[in-house]
Amino acid sequence: MQPLHIKAFTATCAAGAGRAELQRALDASRTGLRRNDFGRDPLATFVGRVAGVESAPLPAELSIYECRNNRLAWMGLQRDGFLEAVAAARARYGADRVALVLGTSTSSIGATEEAYTRLTPAGEFPDDLRYQAVHTPHSTGEFLQRALALNNVAVTVATACSSSAKAFAQGARLLDLGIADAVVVGGVDSLCGSVLFGFNSLQLVSPEPCRPFDAARNGINIGEAAAFALLVRADDAQRSSDPHLVGYGESSDAHHMSTPHPSGRGARIAMTDALARAGVEARDVDYLNLHGTASQKNDEIEAQVVAEMFPATLHASSTKGWTGHTLGAAGALEAVITFLSLESGLMPGNLNSRQLDGTCGPQVRLENARGAVRHAMSNSFGFGGSNCVLLFAAATRQ
Amino acid sequence: MTSLLATPARLYVNGVALWAPRLPGWERARRILAGHEPPPLESAARPAPELLPPTERRRAPDTVSVALEAALSACRSAQLEPASLPCVFSSMHGDLAITDYMCATMASTPALVSPTRFHNSVHNAAAGYWTIAADCTRPYTALSAGDQSFGAGLLEASVQALAGGENILLVAYDIDARGPLAPVARSKHLLACALILSPVRGAHALAGFDLRLTTRSSADSGPAPSLARPANAELVAGNSTESCLPFMEALALGGRHDILCMATPTLGLELKLENL
Repeated sequence: MQPLHIKAFTATCAAGAGRAELQRALDASRTGLRRNDFGRDPLATFVGRVAGVESAPLPAELSIYECRNNRLAWMGLQRDGFLEAVAAARARYGADRVALVLGTSTSSIGATEEAYTRLTPAGEFPDDLRYQAVHTPHSTGEFLQRALALNNVAVTVATACSSSAKAFAQGARLLDLGIADAVVVGGVDSLCGSVLFGFNSLQLVSPEPCRPFDAARNGINIGEAAAFALLVRADDAQRSSDPHLVGYGESSDAHHMSTPHPSGRGARIAMTDALARAGVEARDVDYLNLHGTASQKNDEIEAQVVAEMFPATLHASSTKGWTGHTLGAAGALEAVITFLSLESGLMPGNLNSRQLDGTCGPQVRLENARGAVRHAMSNSFGFGGSNCVLLFAAATRQ
Repeated sequence: MTSLLATPARLYVNGVALWAPRLPGWERARRILAGHEPPPLESAARPAPELLPPTERRRAPDTVSVALEAALSACRSAQLEPASLPCVFSSMHGDLAITDYMCATMASTPALVSPTRFHNSVHNAAAGYWTIAADCTRPYTALSAGDQSFGAGLLEASVQALAGGENILLVAYDIDARGPLAPVARSKHLLACALILSPVRGAHALAGFDLRLTTRSSADSGPAPSLARPANAELVAGNSTESCLPFMEALALGGRHDILCMATPTLGLELKLENL
């Protein structure tokens, strides 16, 4: 594929609001996880909760979209000059030529959950929660299209934990076919009862800070995040120092709704396809941001596939020890972490983990390291066996 | 208005399926939509997706049941192997019965939530079950775009078909809203349709179309996409995927049709469709 430029990017998550805070937390190995204090009767676990969402209302003209997910999206847009970058793209190409592809799994479901706790005596939603705008999976996509005043494609991808990685692939195709000249891609997911108690019912939630790839790991921590990137075709970019999207790979496990394929066949297809589309060899990948949820199965299978496919020179890690598993936002959040890695040379380790699982090859690292990062990959694997792998490069490959 | 494609893109409809309680399967639906047969007075029972193991057919959520029925029927009409097709699943709401269950459970006994219902609550559940049942490792996506979810799915399937030069399976579906959510989410009964789209004409192609993409301001968005036979509207009225009907009607009627299908409130797919 033709490389695409990342003209602007930002992320807000438990480990930091905006690139600078996130970079400092990564550098200092400072986790954003905290004891769960979300909801009325909090589960005994740790969460990646973003501070201040409750006290950051939406602008009045967008108030029909009021809910935690859309507030988090709005907070995320304010950082790193992202709103200004979108405004510049709108001015340059026109609102008709700027698309939006949003990945989310929770979307605004927290608002629907709240409505069920506050039903009127007649069993109806309370007046302040009767807007369909916050009771549909496209809520955050529609909110962002209006908030950013975009008039091209505007769609929500909801493939569980691969959602916002797939948004990059879908956006890339819109640019490739010339349907859009710029695409805002992103992921926004927020804490809510469904995901906390739902993952708990599957016995996947850890009562401790999560420890990806640790031999004694015992489950995931749920997190929340808003992360965005602005993609344009390479010929339209003015700065060659922007990171680029050079490949993507998508596949299905075709195995089970909530358990990965035992031999990792879908993960392998997606990683192989991303490398092939980019024309990059496995040995040329310097950093791999793993899906690494800290669940027993995911980490075991992902580590095996990585050990088979990559040489020992690869530095691979999961950053969920900093952020928690941000589900539908994880693909975009971890893409931003790979951009920071391409820019700064910092390759994060596996925070909180102490003793790597025996299935890990030499690629999976406990400690942060520094080096020249020219190619960085990010894995996202979701329920329903949906896999998406993104491959980024530091500068234009001629 | 701005045109988003420099030249219209040519695509073929290589397979089709439709299922609703009063349009039970494409062969009957085609005759009913064309006015050659009256719609049934009784609603058909929910289909039992053949591709699922017998023990799972009855337990499958409604979305999975109708989406898999349409997906398999479309593959059969095109005589294509289900495992060979990348797919785009599109639904405004996903499974509203499971949403009602999840939210009611969160309000009462969250710690007792069913793990199966939780993993079935993801928007990509129907796509997940389809790829598992079909042993399909090709990529799928699952989209939502409000009332324009069918159009957004049609656009993404067209984009993937053009980008990859191959057949793409589109499945669009919604079901009825339940419980306290029903007056707000407002979707009624079951509906699923499926199309197999490709830039290459298949051996069993039904139709070809030229696709233009145009944006309008909300002021000049013009009249809603209309039906040749307005009486057809009531057959799927109120379902959140009802906007698939003009396309399905055009395939049923034969001949040539101009169809407008919205992918957002202001982005339209303009199709010049010719039945083959």
